[in-house]
Amino acid sequence: MTDDALPLPLAGSRRRSTGLRRAGFGISKLGVTLFTASLAMIFLLPLGYMVLTSVKDSDQILALNAPLWPASPQTYTAADGQAYQLYQVPLADGVKNLALEKPGRVTSTFIDPSTGQEVQWQGNWRSLSPVWSSIAPKLDNFATVLDTLNFPLLLRNTLAVAVLGTIGAVGSAVLVAYGFARFRIPGKNGLFLVLIMTIILPFQILLIPQYIGFQAIGWTGTWLPLIVPHFFANAYNVFLLRQYFLTLPRELDQAAQVDGASPLQILRLVIIPQAWPAIIAVALFHFFFAWNEFFGPLVYLSGHPDLATMTVGLQAYSATYAGSGTGYLTQAAALMAMVLPVAIFFFAQRAFMRGVVVSGVEK
Amino acid sequence: MATVAEITDTSPSSISLARRETLWGLVFLSPWLVGLVVFTALPIFASLGLSFTNFNILRPGDIRFIGLDNYTRMWNELWSNGAVGQSIGVTARFALMSVPLMIGLALALALLLNQKLLAGKAVFRTLFFMPVLIPLVASTIVWQGFLNGSTGWLAQILRAVGLPAPDWFADPSWALPGLVFLGIWGIGNMMLIFLAGLQAVPTELYEAVKVDGGGAWARFRHVTLPMISPVLFYNILIGVIAVTQYFTQAYTLDPTGNGRPGGSTFFFNLNLYKEGWTYNNMGYASALAWVMMFIVVAAALVLFRTSARWVFYAGSER
Repeated sequence: MTDDALPLPLAGSRRRSTGLRRAGFGISKLGVTLFTASLAMIFLLPLGYMVLTSVKDSDQILALNAPLWPASPQTYTAADGQAYQLYQVPLADGVKNLALEKPGRVTSTFIDPSTGQEVQWQGNWRSLSPVWSSIAPKLDNFATVLDTLNFPLLLRNTLAVAVLGTIGAVGSAVLVAYGFARFRIPGKNGLFLVLIMTIILPFQILLIPQYIGFQAIGWTGTWLPLIVPHFFANAYNVFLLRQYFLTLPRELDQAAQVDGASPLQILRLVIIPQAWPAIIAVALFHFFFAWNEFFGPLVYLSGHPDLATMTVGLQAYSATYAGSGTGYLTQAAALMAMVLPVAIFFFAQRAFMRGVVVSGVEK
Repeated sequence: MATVAEITDTSPSSISLARRETLWGLVFLSPWLVGLVVFTALPIFASLGLSFTNFNILRPGDIRFIGLDNYTRMWNELWSNGAVGQSIGVTARFALMSVPLMIGLALALALLLNQKLLAGKAVFRTLFFMPVLIPLVASTIVWQGFLNGSTGWLAQILRAVGLPAPDWFADPSWALPGLVFLGIWGIGNMMLIFLAGLQAVPTELYEAVKVDGGGAWARFRHVTLPMISPVLFYNILIGVIAVTQYFTQAYTLDPTGNGRPGGSTFFFNLNLYKEGWTYNNMGYASALAWVMMFIVVAAALVLFRTSARWVFYAGSER
C-alpha cells in the first residue's frame, strides 16, 4: 500500500524533470552545433578567400576599401560617349558619387552624373575610393588560366600518371596482402616487420640512388619513374588490405579450396568480391597521392613541360604570377587544380574515411 | 575439420602440400620482395656508399672515394651556421612549433566532433577533413594569398579589429608561423584517427568514473587519455616523420630553393634538393640523406622507448 501513496507526485516531478532536461539538452545541442559550425567557417575561410579572389580583377585586389565580393568599379558615360570612372567625393554638402574627368594631384575635374555639370575638387584623386558595382564575378579568369597554364595538358598528364600508377598500386598490393593474410610462409612475421619498417624510412635515402638508376636506363624525362615503382606494392597499402583480408571468414576460402579452386581463383572469386571497400580505399589513396605528388615530377620531369603534372605546372605558374597584381590568376589556377580530387572525395568519402581509420588505428 | 591423423601425418604428400603453400605465398609476395630489393635495399646501400664519394651526376667518371669528407663538411656547416646548421635549425623550430600544436588541435577537434550534443557530425567531419585533399602546392598558394600582408583576408581582419598585421611570408620572423597555419589546415588525418580511437573507448569506463563522482576532466584524464594513448603515439610519430620530409610547401613559397624570406623557410630538404639537383653533388646529398635517416631513426627510437611509460595497450599483457 505504501507503494501506491508515493508514486503520484514522484511521477509528476519525474516527468517535469525529463522535460526540462530535454529542453536543456536541445539548447546545449544547438549551442555546441553552432560553435562547431562557426569553427568550421573560420577553418575554411582561406577557401572562401580563394574562391572570391579567383573571380576578381587586379584593380579590385589592389584597391583599398574594395568590397569583399567580386565587383568592378562603376563608370558613367557622359554625353560625348566617353566613359569615366565614378568616385566617392567628399564635398561640402556630403559625399557624392562623381565621374572623374581630369585627374590631378592638387585639383581634379569631376562630372556630376545627375546634372552633367563639371565640378572642381581640391585634393589628390588617388585618395578617393571608387564606386563599386554589385556582385560581378569575372569568370574569364578561368579562361585565362585555361590558356596560360595549359590546363588540359596538365590534366591529361596527371590523369595518365595517376590512373596507371593506381592500377599498379592496387594490383600489386592485393597480391601481396593476400600472401601475407592467407599463406604459411617461414619467416613471414619477420618479413611483415620489415614491411612496416619501410613505412618509417625517409624517402630522401632512396631518392638519389633511384634517380641515378633511372637516369642510367634513360627513364628520366619520362613518366616511367612515377609509375613503374608502384607496381611493386606500397607498404601502407599492403598493410591496410592485409588487415581487411584477415577479417574475412576463412570458411569460404576453404570451401573453394575443397572444390579444387587454385589460390589465384580463390583471390579472384572469393577474396576480392568481399574486399571492395578496402580496395576502393587503396585506389583512392594512390590516386590522391599521385595527384598531390610534387618531388618526383619535379626532378624526373624537369625540362619537359609537355609531360608536367598538375602540381609542377601549378607551382611554375605561381612562381610567374604570384605577384599581388595577378594573384587572382594563381588563386583561380589553384581552384582548378583542386576541383577533381575534392569532387572525388565527396563522392567516395565513406570508403576513403574508413581507409584512413583502418590504416591509422588497427595496429 | 582436420582429424588428429591428418595433423600428425608427416607423409611426403602433406609436406609437399605445405611446401606448395609456401611457394604460392612467395609468388604472391614476389612483387613486394622484388621491389624491396630493387627500390629499397639496393638504394639504401648505394646511398650509403655514395655518401663517401664526391659523385657528381654530370661527371660520373670523376667519382672518387673521399672518406668522411662529406660528413666533416656537414659537421663544420652545422656549427658555423652554414646551410646545414641553418636548415636543421629551421626544421627543428618548425617541428617544435607545429607538431604539438597540430596534435593538440586535432585531439580537441576530435573530442568536439565526438560530442553527443553535436548535430550533423558527418558533415563537420567532412568539412574539417577536406583541406587534406587539396594538393599541397594549391593549398600553399591559397595561404600565400590569404596571409598576404596587404590584400590577404587575415591581415584585413586583424587591421579591422585594430591589431597589427604582419606580412607573414615576406617577414623572416613570421614565415614559419605562416607555415604552421598551413600545417594546421591539414590536421584532418590526425583528427580522423583520434576520432576512431575515441569511438573505440568502452562507455562502461566513463560510467565507472561517473559512479566514482569524477567530472569531465577526470573522465578525460583517467579514461580517454590512457585509452587513446596508442593513437596519440601513432599521430606523434607520423607528425614527426612528416616534418622530416617537409619540402613541397617551402619550395612553392620560394622556387629558388633559398627559403625566402631571409632563409627563414630553408628546410633540410631544400638544402638536399639544392645540393643534389641544382649543384648535382649527389655524393654530398646522399650524406645529407643519411644524416636525416639517422635523425628519424633516433627520434623514432626515443619515441618508442618513452612510449612504454605512457602508452597503454588495452587487452595486452605488457
